[in-house]
Amino acid sequence: MKRFFLLFIFLIIVLSVNAQKYMTKNGYIGFFSHTSTEDIKGDNNQVAGILDISTGEMVFQALIKSFHFDRALMEEHFNENYMESDKFPKSIFKGKISDLSSVDFTKPGTYDVTVDGDLTIHDVTNKISAKGSIEVVNGGINASSKFKIVPEDYKIAIPGVVRDKIDKNLELTITMKYTPIAGK
Amino acid sequence: MYTMRRLSLAFLLSLVSMGIFAQDDLMNLLNDSIRKETNYTTATFKSTRIMDGHSIESMPPGQLDVRISHRFGTLNSGGYNFFGLDQSNIHLSLEYGILKWLMIGVGRGSYEKTFDGFAKFSLLKQSTGEKEMPVSVSVFSSVALKSLKWPDPTVTNYFSSRLSYVAQILIARKISNELSIQLSPTYIHRNLVVTELDPNDLYAVGAGGRLKLTRRISLNAEYYYLINPTNNMTPQIYNPLSIGVDIETGGHVFQLFFSNSVGTIEKQFIGETTGQWKKGDIHFGFNISRVFTLKKPQKPTNY
Repeated sequence: MKRFFLLFIFLIIVLSVNAQKYMTKNGYIGFFSHTSTEDIKGDNNQVAGILDISTGEMVFQALIKSFHFDRALMEEHFNENYMESDKFPKSIFKGKISDLSSVDFTKPGTYDVTVDGDLTIHDVTNKISAKGSIEVVNGGINASSKFKIVPEDYKIAIPGVVRDKIDKNLELTITMKYTPIAGK
Repeated sequence: MYTMRRLSLAFLLSLVSMGIFAQDDLMNLLNDSIRKETNYTTATFKSTRIMDGHSIESMPPGQLDVRISHRFGTLNSGGYNFFGLDQSNIHLSLEYGILKWLMIGVGRGSYEKTFDGFAKFSLLKQSTGEKEMPVSVSVFSSVALKSLKWPDPTVTNYFSSRLSYVAQILIARKISNELSIQLSPTYIHRNLVVTELDPNDLYAVGAGGRLKLTRRISLNAEYYYLINPTNNMTPQIYNPLSIGVDIETGGHVFQLFFSNSVGTIEKQFIGETTGQWKKGDIHFGFNISRVFTLKKPQKPTNY
């Protein structure tokens, strides 16, 4: 009974902080890798994400098949050979702004932050920490970050033939334009 | 406001121990607010051909596929002919995706000096999620023009006699990541046939599939069953069976296979296959596909 009461309290808390939640359904995640033969670049403009400014928690979700490439064959290889997107259709991030106190959400401006959390790609979860910025604007919050990951950390196999040609690091660019969740 | 922030800070502190739970909660909220997507099946086959015949796959818009196909002589032609490799039929084609649902192609084959043109329409795409579709369906239609000199120029020859037409419905399902199958009901019309006993209209059903062995190699097989009785045909024709592999490298797809047919287009390999597997009339053949991007896909602008 006590536990239920606690849960009830907790629910109230969650509901009350809902007003502090910002969301986007068309955030951007792009990745870039330079190789000696050609640059590999994929863009996803349909990333969904929520930022809770009361706690600094943020979550992202990106469908792997929503990454698009200039070359159709590259897109097919990305899905079929590297990401196995039929088996692992989503990539998610659950994390938190670790220095939330440095951001004043009431005052428009740009603030540098560090985000720590769990990034799941290809069904492998790794802890990451990335520097980014939060821009408080009228009617919303923009968040952006640029950091590098190593595909091999996520058990994404790169065949021997191209391994030497591909940069071990993959640069991720994230740009989210959040708006408040209406009515909550 | 200040007290508000103090309050939420206090809440935050009380929630720290349950932080992960809260993030899951956010994730659930996120999942609830995004609508269910339709997940379209991709790469049912690696190429627009299973082996000889067309697969449901199409070139995406703006992509040009340059294809070079060879069909060599028969293995049973002996060492003198290097088991068929001395002789070769070549087919070159340019194939292009115009719209998401339409691709076209033109080709020229050395076998009977044939020009051909085709259009392939993607009607249905296999999908799961919001929209469920168990199969992918494409319609294929082609015209072939045999440009060999008339065997007898002294009689009246009609241009229309050079033409033949093909219509196919391609129905495929990617059963698992590894296995895809396809059924291809086919109708062929030849304006001119060799003798009166040969039918102008041919009906056939094709069955094909691919089994992925590794991420880049798949085992493919394809068979066409001719519904018309074949016993009166001149020359005697047989159902074509092709077995081989798709090998995919960075920008190319290589298809290497053995077949009792020497033709590279539907009208030839379905309607004019004279070889028999059991007699060793087996041709080695390959297709090379190289895709070029002529027009970059339209993407929403980045921030």
